[in-house]
Amino acid sequence: MRYKKYINFKTIFSLVICALLSLQTPAFAQAEDSAATTNDTSQVVSSSELQAKADSTGKTVSDTTGNAVAAQTPAGTSASSNAVEAAQQEEKSIDPQVYKNFFYYVLLFFLVCIVVGIIGKIIQVYELTKEMQGKGKRVNWNKFNGILFLIMLFLGLYGSYWSYVHHGSIAWRDAASEHGAKIDSMFIITTVITTIVFVLTHILLFGFSFVYKSTGKRKAYFYPHNNLVEKIWTIVPAIVLTILVLFGFFTWRSITNVPDDVAANALQVEITGEQFAWNVRYAGRDNKIGKRSIKLTTPMNGLGIDFNDKSAWDDVRGSDIVLPVGKPVRFTINSKDILHSFYMPDFRVQMNAVPGMATHFQMTPRFTTQEMREKLNNPEFDFVMLCAKICGQGHYNMQKTVRIVTEAEYKEWLSTQTYFFDEEAKKEFKANQAAKTVEKKEDNKQLALNN
Amino acid sequence: MSSTAIPYAGAGDHGHDAHGHHHETFLTKYIFSQDHKMIAKQFLITGIIMAFFAMFLSILFRIQLAWPEKDFPILEVFLGKWAEGGRIRPDFFLSLVTIHGTIMVFFVLTAGLSGTFSNLLIPLQLGARDMASPFMNMLSYWFFFSACVVMISSFFVESGPASAGWTIYPPLSALPQAIPGSGTGMSLWLASMVLFIASQVMGGINYISTVLNMRTKGMSLWRMPLTIWAVFLTAIVGLLSFPVLVSAVVLLIFDRSMGTSFYLSDIIIGGKILPNEGGSPILFQHLFWFLGHPEVYIVLMPALGLTSEVIATNSRKPIFGYHAMVYSLIGITVLSFIVWGHHMFVTGMNPFLGGVFMITTLIIAVPSAVKTFNYLATLWRGNLKFTPAMLFAIGLVSFFISGGLTGIFLGNSALDINLHDTYFVVAHFHLVMGSASICGMLCGVYHWYPKMFGRMMNDKLGYLHFWMTFIGAYLVFFPMHFMGIDGVPRRYYSFTNFPFMQEWLTVNVFITWAAIIAGFGQIAFLFNFFYSIWFGKKATQNPWNSNTLEWTTPVEHLHGNWPGEIPTVYRWPYDYSKPGHDEDFIPQTTPFSETMTSNLPHDFEGDAVAEQIQREWDKEHGIERVVHH
Repeated sequence: MRYKKYINFKTIFSLVICALLSLQTPAFAQAEDSAATTNDTSQVVSSSELQAKADSTGKTVSDTTGNAVAAQTPAGTSASSNAVEAAQQEEKSIDPQVYKNFFYYVLLFFLVCIVVGIIGKIIQVYELTKEMQGKGKRVNWNKFNGILFLIMLFLGLYGSYWSYVHHGSIAWRDAASEHGAKIDSMFIITTVITTIVFVLTHILLFGFSFVYKSTGKRKAYFYPHNNLVEKIWTIVPAIVLTILVLFGFFTWRSITNVPDDVAANALQVEITGEQFAWNVRYAGRDNKIGKRSIKLTTPMNGLGIDFNDKSAWDDVRGSDIVLPVGKPVRFTINSKDILHSFYMPDFRVQMNAVPGMATHFQMTPRFTTQEMREKLNNPEFDFVMLCAKICGQGHYNMQKTVRIVTEAEYKEWLSTQTYFFDEEAKKEFKANQAAKTVEKKEDNKQLALNN
Repeated sequence: MSSTAIPYAGAGDHGHDAHGHHHETFLTKYIFSQDHKMIAKQFLITGIIMAFFAMFLSILFRIQLAWPEKDFPILEVFLGKWAEGGRIRPDFFLSLVTIHGTIMVFFVLTAGLSGTFSNLLIPLQLGARDMASPFMNMLSYWFFFSACVVMISSFFVESGPASAGWTIYPPLSALPQAIPGSGTGMSLWLASMVLFIASQVMGGINYISTVLNMRTKGMSLWRMPLTIWAVFLTAIVGLLSFPVLVSAVVLLIFDRSMGTSFYLSDIIIGGKILPNEGGSPILFQHLFWFLGHPEVYIVLMPALGLTSEVIATNSRKPIFGYHAMVYSLIGITVLSFIVWGHHMFVTGMNPFLGGVFMITTLIIAVPSAVKTFNYLATLWRGNLKFTPAMLFAIGLVSFFISGGLTGIFLGNSALDINLHDTYFVVAHFHLVMGSASICGMLCGVYHWYPKMFGRMMNDKLGYLHFWMTFIGAYLVFFPMHFMGIDGVPRRYYSFTNFPFMQEWLTVNVFITWAAIIAGFGQIAFLFNFFYSIWFGKKATQNPWNSNTLEWTTPVEHLHGNWPGEIPTVYRWPYDYSKPGHDEDFIPQTTPFSETMTSNLPHDFEGDAVAEQIQREWDKEHGIERVVHH
């Protein structure tokens, strides 16, 4: 009976006052803000001008941020200090309407709280009067929640079904690689098993919640354990999981454990990630990727290719990733700076790019881009490669287009690409060679002198 | 088994009443308190504040994801240069994601959950006057508090908070040239984490020694409530794994500040070739996930323990398969140490090792499945009382199932190739670790609130809170699975640059609205929590008719917990609705001699004399007992 009021009128009243007060604040804050700007000796612009400039400011600001992202900043802090300068150059221009809107939202929130409070109050009064009349019971919250669980069961199951159908159709595209097809079939098997378990357990969970809600008339069934049942539901999941594990293990091995000769015969492509771009290097006629060393990196030779290794001479710079259909391709994945992840969702390919350690992934594409476009009935469709490991400001836009073409188209495309060992590189290489021989000679001389 | 229990023989027994009256100042009572109940409350309130902070961060980045092309000038008012023109900057977006994750995982679900309920329940449910080392307990809280302060202070440095993801993989986290957040912000992150781990280790040692040494008379290990089993095993996991994170962090600090190359090798950044050679970023990942994966169970196990207790109490039924529940917890504890590699299937770790980790990972699903089925069996033919705590406990079971099942995809290395680092992962761990553990924590708060504050929380607001949270969490995370299947990577600032992701923009708007509404639902909790501290209905001594020891203490807290002698325990904690007994619960402190009508042969644990007495009593009263095995 002595039910403590959890929202009394005092609270509601004070909430309303708070809300009203906060409505007063915009003018106040605005005054403070402009005072602050004068102190900062930056320009104080009249509000009419503010309105006009708002758009242009928005644009420039987004441009500066865009630049900051694109720029490879040598020192970390300089990026932010640049941005600060940029910000100082721009006028502080926040429309007073912004404050007003904000406080309207705050007011709206308080209103919702008050409504919730009032509903709570009404329920409380209803319960109290029922109780005072004697006969009537209080609201049966147990029943209420039990029924909600039942409703949730149906809504939830329907919602999941809807999501499977609707979101699933957006999400699902057949794998465009041969190993991807294996992954897909395993994915589907796992989905079927887990969905069955999901549905059954939820029917039990919410069903029990509804059926066995307390009515006050019944005593629960004392049932502390049943070893047989427990054994069954330990062993059955164990068996199902064992099957999945074995299936998964062999698929995984078949994808990752490529015999050396098969790996050597595959088309060799090297991918090197850096903030925030991908470099693609084709092995060329000899199908051997030339050696590289980080120490050799120059502005001309961004990948640090070692041209002493003759297999590097025919290496080709790829503008995109273009691959012939049906031919195994072996990616060697590197990073110049930090971790990236070489991810091609359509091919079910992912491997991290690790600085200082080459990683590999081998796959065979099975559809050309054209075939996929026809399949999806989407002439705009393109395979894409993207970065899946957090790598900084530009992480969200670190992509390369992947095109799968016929063998002939591939050869034609490759012939239009440029060599890494172009005229400029040759010049640099020769100059280096000359410098080295001079050094060597000097060394020899010194050695001779020492002797 | 019961002979192994060590009866409490501390100083508290003689003249403890006088001890309870010593002078307490505000400072010793509320700030530098050494009383476990107060420390629990400190952990809880700090945890709640941090949770709201982290939730607010998540709303911010959800706004960016939902409306990437829209300006919100009000953001600039609060965030300044981080949201110029009302649009969150990409690096600040990453900071938000990073700090949201860090706070939620470590500060809320580890310290807020374990810290609160280990401190509150270990002495109260085991019958101890306080923790083994109250002073260390106090230190544990204050280390945690300083960790929180340091973490939040990183929002006030010029280069911004850490932004390399909560996993802080180097080289990104080691090189301020790579991202501004890896400057001072990352240093503060690392400092905060060292303080945090110190706090955890001190807490863990305390929990373990209290559980092992300070149980009351009769409280054998097999009579401990599952809450205690859970927090005890959690403390063991934490004690063994957190120090490894320290080593990872210390090496990272060396790399950042002293020019070593533990994790760095062959790096060109900003056009400069760094001199570091021979390090491996993979090493960090091994060290990190050696903690990181047990951490998942550090987060989850206490939640499972709390819900076991709450489900049993509110089903008015013994927890089904108590022993199986304990063994599955032990199984999870052991296995949690050998599955870390499943976070690294595609990081360049030896693929064969990946296969091995896949096997261990899927094995850990077995004890988890057992726990789920036992929960369901406990509900079966129960007499369910839907207190808010019970609702959240059922919510946990649901999230645990949904999130656990998607774990079967991710634990499978072949499937992980395509799902790694996508939204599928985000959906998976937010359900199984985030939502499930938060449900467990809230379930604990609602259930033990009367014990903590001597007052009741409002039920109806609790219902509102539960349904908003439960539905909201599903609406937020369920669609994310499909984004992941489509190949949308996590931690993407916007989806606008890829045609295939643009299809998800409307879904993102939906998710953000769901998140905002669920976020408002939490305000119902916040209000309820703080309002009830002062104005809630006064609690009775045992409001849920529960069996465990904490409900035998007086409502008004006193130092030392029990006014007189510590009660002796005679039975396990789950004698609910025992046939033959007139009430539907028998507290652990009730001796079998007082419940002759309901005793079962199994209860005597092979004590021949007791069995004999019972047989004679049965014969006298003409009762035929059905042997229940």
